[in-house]
Amino acid sequence: MIIPDLSTNCAGIKSPNPFWLASGPPTNTGYQIARAFEAGWGGAVWKTLTHDPILNVSSRYGALDHDGRKVVGFNNIELITDRSLEENLAEIREVKRLFPKHAVIASLMVESKREVWHDAVKRTEDSGCDGLELNFGCPHGMSERGMGSAVGQVPEYAEMITGWVKEVARTPVLVKLTPNITDVRVVGRAAKRGNADGVSLINTINSIMGVDLDTLAPKPQVGGRGSHGGYCGPAVKPIALNMVQSIAADKQIQLPISGIGGIQNWQDAVEHMLLGASSVQVCTAVMHYGFRIVEHLISGMENWMREKGYGKLEDFIGLSVPRVGDWADLDLMYRVVADIDQEKCIHCGLCYSACEEGAHQSIDITTVSEDDYVASLNGNALKAPVVSGGVRAIPGAGDNRVNIFTVNDETCVGCNMCSLVCPVTGCITMVEVDPRGPEPLSWRQYQQKLAAGEMGRLKPIPHAHRPLGNLY
Amino acid sequence: MQSSPLTTDQLQANFADLHPNYTRDEAAFEASRCLFCYDAPCTRACPTHIDVPRFIRQILHDNVGGAAKTILDANIFGGSCARACPTEVLCEGACVDNARAGAPIEIGRLQRYATDYAMERNLRFFAPGKDTGRKVAIIGSGPAGLSCAHELRRLGHKVTVFESRDVPGGLNTFGIAAYKITREMSLAEIQPILEMGVDLKLNTPVDAAKVESLLADNDAVFLAIGLGQTQRLKLPGEHMEGVWEALEFIEQLHDKREFEKCTIGRNVIVIGCGNTAIDAATQAIRLGAEKVTIAYRRGEDAKSAYNYEYDLGKSDGVQFEWYVQPMGFVGLNDRVTGATFVRTQLQGEGRKAELVPIADSEFTIECDMVIKALGQTPVDELLSKVQGVERDRGAVRINSETYQTTRRGLFAGGDCTSKGKEIVNAVQDGKMAARSINRHLDSKGK
Ligand SMILES: Cc1cc2nc3c(=O)[nH]c(=O)nc-3n(C[C@H](O)[C@H](O)[C@H](O)COP(=O)(O)OP(=O)(O)OC[C@H]3O[C@@H](n4cnc5c(N)ncnc54)[C@H](O)[C@@H]3O)c2cc1C
Ligand SMILES: Cc1cc2nc3c(=O)[nH]c(=O)nc-3n(C[C@H](O)[C@H](O)[C@H](O)COP(=O)(O)O)c2cc1C
Ligand code: SF4
Ligand code: SF4
Ligand code: SF4
Repeated sequence: MIIPDLSTNCAGIKSPNPFWLASGPPTNTGYQIARAFEAGWGGAVWKTLTHDPILNVSSRYGALDHDGRKVVGFNNIELITDRSLEENLAEIREVKRLFPKHAVIASLMVESKREVWHDAVKRTEDSGCDGLELNFGCPHGMSERGMGSAVGQVPEYAEMITGWVKEVARTPVLVKLTPNITDVRVVGRAAKRGNADGVSLINTINSIMGVDLDTLAPKPQVGGRGSHGGYCGPAVKPIALNMVQSIAADKQIQLPISGIGGIQNWQDAVEHMLLGASSVQVCTAVMHYGFRIVEHLISGMENWMREKGYGKLEDFIGLSVPRVGDWADLDLMYRVVADIDQEKCIHCGLCYSACEEGAHQSIDITTVSEDDYVASLNGNALKAPVVSGGVRAIPGAGDNRVNIFTVNDETCVGCNMCSLVCPVTGCITMVEVDPRGPEPLSWRQYQQKLAAGEMGRLKPIPHAHRPLGNLY
Repeated sequence: MQSSPLTTDQLQANFADLHPNYTRDEAAFEASRCLFCYDAPCTRACPTHIDVPRFIRQILHDNVGGAAKTILDANIFGGSCARACPTEVLCEGACVDNARAGAPIEIGRLQRYATDYAMERNLRFFAPGKDTGRKVAIIGSGPAGLSCAHELRRLGHKVTVFESRDVPGGLNTFGIAAYKITREMSLAEIQPILEMGVDLKLNTPVDAAKVESLLADNDAVFLAIGLGQTQRLKLPGEHMEGVWEALEFIEQLHDKREFEKCTIGRNVIVIGCGNTAIDAATQAIRLGAEKVTIAYRRGEDAKSAYNYEYDLGKSDGVQFEWYVQPMGFVGLNDRVTGATFVRTQLQGEGRKAELVPIADSEFTIECDMVIKALGQTPVDELLSKVQGVERDRGAVRINSETYQTTRRGLFAGGDCTSKGKEIVNAVQDGKMAARSINRHLDSKGK
């Protein structure tokens, strides 16, 4: 029997599990971090420290809701700590005394001067923290003062300041990267050149949360005005995963990664780790649901590891990194088509409109009468008609017909769209069919063979015949 | 006869909305569950074909006024239908979420949310069409008549509605259970229709001679007189005080909601087990009857009440006597004191099974009120006299596409042609008949 071991070592920072609180409101105070460790968090990155406490605005946060789900995206125009360095350091010391095995990482952002950084690093490390995280990422407010993303967006500055820190640091140093840059690897490489021990990413993304349609003010608003805020929460996970993987795959960087961005459940955390992270950090999900979500993160990851046969995190960290590569190397001969399980189908037609209007016109509608449909159900209880007051009602039927949706294998390009919108689990599957050629062929190989005259041009999968004239 | 033993507060509580309107959050939550189906089964299953996914999405995206317009465009009685439709066998019965999640989207309650929103704010969505110079007379101001009137006004035809009663709305105003539709709600819903420029003539019963003159004076006539009295049992004692017709009993509940003035027995027997019987029985309980028994000559499986109506009856504490046929009523000084029944049984198998009385099984149930809920009969005294109008077992015969009767220029719809369906069917009949009348007027030339 496997008893999964969740302990981690990320760039030399050890913690009982890979779940760290990201630097943000949940790590404002020692009180909060102690509560979090009680709840089960393995580490915490202190709310970014600085020499002089900053002044914040009110209000500060905005959220993106989607059709009834709250906070699928989140943004803020909050700055770094609004408490004095002394206060924060005293609390770090106290937390480390109470939780010696948990990781306490101090996030730092100070004026871009060598001696100022030296002073901050020394004083902070004296508090007994386990590592440092250099906040080169905050996209608002601090950058206007030559800090945060003003540093993170200029590789030379990032390298220089990392170098200053490493001159005096005794604990591991993580550089926190901003996503507000064309190629995140460029700053990752700068951190490497500056001798960082690891990188953490992503910080928040430049954003305007929305506009209030009554007042016409942007959201969040401060006296009727707004500013470019930092975007995070579940909606940013794919952007974070992309950046984590590209750092992990980069031959020049080769640094441990603390993955951040959009993590709200254990699956998100595992995905970050499969793409290269050896610890993960969470902010928005904790702000939304509180510290107790960590129980769910731990139990989900443990179960998955047990079922997969992984005894420790190293068994799976980074496993999916090499599976991502250039489009040009994908196999053009590989082919899947959609397959609809008629037993499961509830006749909502979403696959049809998605394919007909948003994809490749490869789902056909035929209709059957209600009687024929009911006769075909053979005992499927969920889809069974209801009879009430002598009247029969059939889920999915109306006007004495039921729409039956079938995939045209000839023209289906295997884009996944229908399976993505189908509301019934397992109803539409994408099945592998005979490849389009005898051997795998990437676009790169195809171009070479074309140039060498070894083969002719290949035809794309034909579009379904839908004459325009039918519409008029 | 006695009045209710309950206090005004108790009565108001008993007749409060069966399902109170959604709050904004409730509506948004329910709306968020809808899948936005393509060629949606719910829309197809709605007799008026309201674009359900569209209006639900409008609610979801805080366009509640737009949702109301979507609903009312297809069904100007969308508010009544939201409260009184048997959604279980219509839109909600067809909802694909029955098959996915075991429960449908609560379309009726969402519809009510949107239509109430429009009603509370007195929103108006439709304007009369450009005057065509054509005139149509409508007989009956129930949902069929007024739906037709509304649609004809949108098409620009002049409309006069003749109503024998002193209030418009037909059964919506005086027949539907009081905890579903109140008189005030019914009248408020009708207001925008009248504002379209409908000339409503109340207290104006139309007889056969008047039908002739209407046909002569108008370009078309629409007959929407609904049904008449409930069937008579033709049993001894039926004339006694305390023996009520279901419609009379229900109608007293609609008058100004003065429930304390309603007549109610303590021990009530309701005869029949259709939806009207359940309506009568539950309202009798809500008025304060101590015991209400539904007596039906067939078994539970043969009842014509919808499941949700039956469930409501059971949860209100209505008792049921199956396989009992009334033989007559007994009384003292011409006031009913009991009903006599004979037990019945089915003889034979399946569809051919026949209901027969069991010998020597008569018995009497004591009661001080009997409500006969046997279904309404056609308005024979008028229909039998209108020339050229053929009927099928009482129902006015129409061409199912054109709604024209066998008399040219005379159209009909609603309960008088269906022998009793739902509000929503009457509304659809009225709307479709208006469109057919419009085509008929076109083809007549100027
Ligand atoms: C007790 C009861 C409960 C019901 N409950 C529901 C329910 O919960 N949900 C539901 O959907 N349906 C219900 N129904 C059915 C629904 O009320 C009818 O299907 C619908 O009202 C039919 O509309 P209509 O316009 O055809 O007729 P009606 O609503 O009956 O309207 C006919 C109108 O014509 C008038 N009229 C009649 N004769 C003349 C004349 N000679 N001259 C002038 N005017 C005339 C009448 O006074 C009346 O106003 C119920 C019916 C009953 C009896
Ligand atoms: C309100 C708020 C304040 C934040 N403050 C900081 C900060 O002071 N320092 C920092 O490095 N990151 C800060 N962040 C960024 C988070 O640490 C994290 O990188 C980002 O929110 C993405 O993770 P998530 O999707 O789990 O929220 C803040 C985020 C939020 C929402
Ligand atoms: S996979 Fe794409 S092309 Fe094929 S049926 Fe689905 S939506 Fe259409
Ligand atoms: S989306 Fe899925 S459930 Fe809906 S019709 Fe298509 S296959 Fe059936
Ligand atoms: S069938 Fe149900 S889920 Fe589909 S559109 Fe109608 S209400 Fe929504």
